[in-house]
Amino acid sequence: MIQLGVIVVYLMLLVGLGLSANRLFRGTAKDYMLASHSIGPFLLLMSLFGTTMTAFALVGSTGRANVMGAGVYGLLASASGIVHSLCFFLIGVPLWSLGRRHGYTTQIQFFRDRLESNLIGYLLFPILVFLVVGYLMVGVLGGGAVVETVTAGTFSGVDWLSSSGYGVPSEIASAVICCVVLTYVFYGGMRGTAWANAFQTSVFMVLGVVTFFVIAKAIGGADNLFENLAIASKQVPEIQLARQKIPKPVFFSFLLIPLSVGMFPHIFQHWLTARSANAFKLPIIIHPIFVMIVWVPCVLLGIWASGPASGIPAATSENAILATLVQSHAGPVLAGLLTAGILAAIMSSLDSQFLCVGTMFTQDILLHNRSGEHLNEQQIVRAARYFVVAVVGVTYLLSLILPRSVFDLGLWSFTGFTGLFPLVFAAIYWRRLTAAGAIGGVLTVLVAWSVLFWRSDFGANPRYGFPEAPVNLGVATLPPLHPVVSIFVASAIAIIAISLITRPPSEKTLAKFFRK
Amino acid sequence: MKYAVWILVGLLLVFHQDYWQWSNTTLDFGFLPRTLTYHVGVSIAAAIVWALATKFCWPEGLDEESEHSSQEDAGA
Repeated sequence: MIQLGVIVVYLMLLVGLGLSANRLFRGTAKDYMLASHSIGPFLLLMSLFGTTMTAFALVGSTGRANVMGAGVYGLLASASGIVHSLCFFLIGVPLWSLGRRHGYTTQIQFFRDRLESNLIGYLLFPILVFLVVGYLMVGVLGGGAVVETVTAGTFSGVDWLSSSGYGVPSEIASAVICCVVLTYVFYGGMRGTAWANAFQTSVFMVLGVVTFFVIAKAIGGADNLFENLAIASKQVPEIQLARQKIPKPVFFSFLLIPLSVGMFPHIFQHWLTARSANAFKLPIIIHPIFVMIVWVPCVLLGIWASGPASGIPAATSENAILATLVQSHAGPVLAGLLTAGILAAIMSSLDSQFLCVGTMFTQDILLHNRSGEHLNEQQIVRAARYFVVAVVGVTYLLSLILPRSVFDLGLWSFTGFTGLFPLVFAAIYWRRLTAAGAIGGVLTVLVAWSVLFWRSDFGANPRYGFPEAPVNLGVATLPPLHPVVSIFVASAIAIIAISLITRPPSEKTLAKFFRK
Repeated sequence: MKYAVWILVGLLLVFHQDYWQWSNTTLDFGFLPRTLTYHVGVSIAAAIVWALATKFCWPEGLDEESEHSSQEDAGA
């Protein structure tokens, strides 16, 4: 019961933070969506980092390290340290500049303007919302699983809770988490979201490190920290310390996954909140270090959980590894606090995603096709909120129907965004990109992603690769790679080939987007 | 220096693919698997390279340009 109490207090605190930010709300859509471009380097670092670190980073990484070993860090974390910052530098900074110069709030506004095409907006909108829904499910499922595991046994004797181990059922926990995030996003807008992100990022980083040391002490049982760490690592099966469980072609393929950040619509919106281009410098430099601080303890905890001293049953699901460790090895107060830390990471991404789908709906659909021209600022904000509630409702229902590993769900969402990366890169750096090329690229991603997702049994086969069997190319053999490679390459080829055979953009448009 | 920094970024990506220690089960400092130690090093190297990139490859004049355009838009 104490764990549950701590979690409830934390959630109430967040709602309070959103309400406080609401007192500074200037009442305009621009302030609601972009915090009036007022975010400085520190807040930008915390909100970008908090937004990119999700249930995928905490719950997913621990669970997957438990299955595949310590190589999971190299697979995604160190790759993200390099590639995320690369995206902030090569995509974020130029888009911030173009966004400030031409008044964009969403990615689609940029693409419509750059490609002189309305159609690209109507095509991208449902695809981006669909991929964001997949990403949202990661948080909704992850949050629910954590609360259910940590509160197990709280309501012993209540028969109808037996299926959730007499804890708060994950379905109810997920619904409550969604409501809390909706509340502070609705009241605080982007300013509230940025504050909540900074607060929650600090909470999950501090509590993450505390979790690590508490569990190390519980597994090691000695007084000396290094002794505990050594005992915990030495009780792990040897194969968990190396990378034999990860095929080399898959390890290579994963270098492309972090490129997805370049096309996340919620990250685009965070980029535009920056006060100046210089505000990007701190996030670009510190991001790899922050990723390291969060992922190293998670990966170590994941591999420790595969050893006998961890006390984790072998049949524990991937999504429940971290929460089971916390529940088994921390006292009730600490377990509540640590759970709050895990939820902080999850919610600091959900909030930005909620806000961005609302912004995209109002800017790219409602106001763009003039159906919302008669609305005042408050009515626009209200319309955004209604759309967000609808999207969250659909996400929640899907999470009940399609429960999957947090890690695999996240990967499929990221794969789609990575497939769209060549589009944003070409739009910024290639004058010859045409609307037809862009549309061809987006349709290629749509078809390729759908076919490969279907072939992977709708994400249920985590080892699915394409080509499905090694292909002999004469000089070399092409091994099965993660589907992200095929989708990325197909998208890039379609964009380049179609652009080269269609009419280039007008000189006026090129002059607007490229320096001579 | 600008080109040197971008070469360093390329090298980071190359050295990220450390196939030579695939089966290494050594525990550094008694507790850190070698693959983890190596990639922690990659993360720290990435931060250093990005610090160099923001110093030597940073596009100049973006803030002034954006400020100027925003004022023009407001005046229009």
